[in-house]
Amino acid sequence: MATIISLDPRITRAQLPEEEPLTHEPKPEMDQFQTFEVFHQQKSGARHVHVGCVHAPNAELALLMAKEQYGRRGQTYNLWVVCTADILTMHSEDADIFATTPDKKYRDVAAYMVRNKVEAFKKEQQGGTEA
Amino acid sequence: MNQNAVRELLHRMADDALIIAHRHSEWTGLGPLLEEDIAFSSIAQDKLGHAQALYQLLHEFGEPDPDTNAFMRNAEQFYSCHFVELPNGGYDVSLIRHFLYDTAEYLRYAALAQSSWEKIALLARKVAGEIKYHLYHARTWVIQLGAQGNEESAARMQSALNEMWPYALGMFEPGNTDAELAADGIYPGESEIQRRWLELVKETLDKAGLVIPSSADPVYGGRKGYHTDYLQPLLDEMTEVYRIDPSAEW
Repeated sequence: MATIISLDPRITRAQLPEEEPLTHEPKPEMDQFQTFEVFHQQKSGARHVHVGCVHAPNAELALLMAKEQYGRRGQTYNLWVVCTADILTMHSEDADIFATTPDKKYRDVAAYMVRNKVEAFKKEQQGGTEA
Repeated sequence: MNQNAVRELLHRMADDALIIAHRHSEWTGLGPLLEEDIAFSSIAQDKLGHAQALYQLLHEFGEPDPDTNAFMRNAEQFYSCHFVELPNGGYDVSLIRHFLYDTAEYLRYAALAQSSWEKIALLARKVAGEIKYHLYHARTWVIQLGAQGNEESAARMQSALNEMWPYALGMFEPGNTDAELAADGIYPGESEIQRRWLELVKETLDKAGLVIPSSADPVYGGRKGYHTDYLQPLLDEMTEVYRIDPSAEW
C-alpha cells in the first residue's frame, strides 16, 4: 500500500531521465499549497463523487475553494474535501491483482439469464390459464 | 408605503452592489491563487446579479430599465458610498473591504427578508444563500490571514482594517427617510444595521486577532451624490462598450 502525494501533475512531476543535465533550477519542495481531493454530492442521500482537487493551506480553505470550483454549476447538495496525502491507495504495479477479474463473468449480474427464465415462466403460466 | 423612501433604499443598495462588483471583478485573472481568483470573480458576478434585481424593482417604480439605470448615469447621480468606490489596492485591502461590506449586506438582507414589503422580502430570501457564502468566504480569509497566517499577514490585515474603517462606517450614512422605512416595517434603518454590524464584525475580528480602530470619523457624502475622484473613471471604464451602442442586443 502507498500514499498518493498528489494527483496534480504540478506536484507529482514527470520522471525525467537522470543522465540529462537539468537546464533549469529545480523548484523547491512545497513551494505551493498541498492538494485536497473534492467529492461532490448532487442530492441529499446521493453518493459523493470524486470530481477533482484544489490547492489550499488547510481543509477549511479547501472547502471554501471547492464550493466555487466544483459547485458553481448545476445542482449541488454537499461537498467533501479530503487531504490528498490522507488517502491510502495501491501501487500501480499491483494492478495485476485485478487482472483476471473481468473474466469472472459469474460475478456479474448480467451473467444470470433471469429475464429468459422469467419469460419462460410467464409463458408457462399463460399456457396454463388458456388450457 | 412611501415610494420615495423605498426608492432611496433600493438605490443605495443597488449602486453599492454595482460598484463593488466592478471593483471585485478587476481582480479577475490577477487573483493570488487560481481557486481564489475564480471564487472572487463568482462573488463579483453575484453582486452584479443583486444590483440587477434591485434596479429591476426600481424599474417597476417607473425608473429606466436596469441597463440604462446602471450604465447611463454620471457619478453625481449615484448613491453609492465612498467605501465601494476606492481602488482595490492590495488583496489585503480588497479582502477587508469584502468582509466589512458583506457583513453589512448579510444584515441588510436578513432584515429585508422580514420586510413588510413582500417584493423585497422575496428577493432577500432568494439571495440569502449567496450572501451567506460571501460572508463565509470573507470570514474564513480574515481569520486565516489574521490569526493563522504569519506576522506579516496579520500586520497587513490590521493595516488594511485601519485604512478601510472610516470608509466602512460611511456605508451607514443616515438616510433622510430611515424613520419612515422603520415605522412602515420595511427596513430598520442605517443606525440599527450599523449597531448589528459592529457586533457581528467584532465577533470575527476577535477570532482573527484584529483590533477595531479606536476612533474614526465616518466618511459620508456618497448617499447625497458627493463622490471620490475614483468613481467617474470607474463608470467611464465600466460603460465604455455599452455607450458605443446602448441599443445593442447582447
